Amino acid sequence: MSQFLFRAALLALMCLTGSPALSNTFTIAAAADLRFALDEIIEAFRDHHPQYQVRVVYGSSGKMTTQILNGAPYDLFFSADISFPERLHAAGMTASDPAVYALGRIVLWSNSLDASSLSLADLATDTRIRRIAIAQPAHAPYGQRAREALQAAGVWDAVQPKLVFGENIAHAAQMVESGAANVGIIALSLALFPRLAEHRYHLIDEQLHQPLTQGFVVTRRGANRPGVQAFSEFMAGEQAHTIMRRFGFAMPDADRPGRTD
Amino acid sequence: MLGLSPTDWQAIEVTLRLCVYTTLILLVIATPIAWWLAGNRSPARVVVQAIVALPLVLPPTVLGFYLLIVLGPRGWIGSTLESLGLNHLAFSFEGILIASVIYSMPFAVQPLTEAFSNLGRRPTEVASSLGAGLVDRFFTVILPLTKGGFVVAATLTFAHTAGEFGVILMLGGSIPGETQVLSVLIYDHTEAMNYESAHRLSFLLLMFSFITLSVIYGINRRFAIAKL
Repeated sequence: MSQFLFRAALLALMCLTGSPALSNTFTIAAAADLRFALDEIIEAFRDHHPQYQVRVVYGSSGKMTTQILNGAPYDLFFSADISFPERLHAAGMTASDPAVYALGRIVLWSNSLDASSLSLADLATDTRIRRIAIAQPAHAPYGQRAREALQAAGVWDAVQPKLVFGENIAHAAQMVESGAANVGIIALSLALFPRLAEHRYHLIDEQLHQPLTQGFVVTRRGANRPGVQAFSEFMAGEQAHTIMRRFGFAMPDADRPGRTD
Repeated sequence: MLGLSPTDWQAIEVTLRLCVYTTLILLVIATPIAWWLAGNRSPARVVVQAIVALPLVLPPTVLGFYLLIVLGPRGWIGSTLESLGLNHLAFSFEGILIASVIYSMPFAVQPLTEAFSNLGRRPTEVASSLGAGLVDRFFTVILPLTKGGFVVAATLTFAHTAGEFGVILMLGGSIPGETQVLSVLIYDHTEAMNYESAHRLSFLLLMFSFITLSVIYGINRRFAIAKL
């Protein structure tokens, strides 16, 4: 009898999988360049709306897009490039039109060299630079822009043997921060994070690459989820904009047609 | 406590839940498989043995990739569940539980097979001739005589599940409270350059693994069961 009870208890335990549905929780998928700015914005949002729990997952925009296409439970998606939300929109996975929320910039950054005195051309010739970290261009917008800038500067082929690839832009920044790479092309928003801001950066000329038009979208899953609308609105508000500007983002023009509403 | 954040505790909770469920489910599944493997000499045995051992040699990404394809909303299991009004299994706790059961299978089956082989068929045949039924034979003869094997299987499964990374990252993403296990959170902390937190959790896992293996080798010395 006791054995039967034991086995029944095991069975009951096994049926208890899964956490209960949390109705006031919503989940944000966000590009890795937002890692520090968005953490702060979420904190500010929670001060205004303490009834909501916000979960956030960071990664490369391309990876997040693939995950959403494969059914990942994200309610909002903040991409580093609007082309990814547009792709989801075209696939019928969204509940809102993709909208621009910020414009990003790329910088040269190092924690061992004075990056502010480096140029892209130096990356090929400077013998102190043996490893250059960028994000994976295949699925990370910041990696694509880094590649474009290196190509425009005419050093893409020359730097090939020195390149190491981060899974996303925060990973690339971490490679440089840890000293594994001597220099990296990272997001300005990460170079301005206090831990990294101790070292100087070189802002890369935005004429050298396509703009980092950062777009967001409400996914189909997030359509009627409480808090999602409130967060979208909060992101367009002055408090969020102030934080975003502090992390080096430019805010989109209010009159950009069809993008900011 | 220990300077861990709520996110850390949440990951510990998810990890422990995953380990407990995986171990319980695997003990139930692995026992008949191991019993069959221990007593079988047919060519089919080789095939089953190879399938069970696959996770030992396969890159976790291969398993993660196939599971994502099959369990996701467009896969045959995922879409069947969706059409029944249920949720598909990618990026969910249930999904990574299935992955863990498959991924840790050899760590449960192999020690049990070893234990059952050492035991031989004689004790159960005697019990059977004395009129003991199947369930009775298992709980009064097999289990007491091979409990070292069960302890090793359970401990190894538990520890191996706690150490899973690649499969969970691919199939589960890194959703706090759902699929963000300790190993994934350490990866996340590192990426956020949050080295202090990464240190604390890494040290925790290091100690846990060391203690677990010490326990296993201790048991092994007494029972001489698992070949590691």
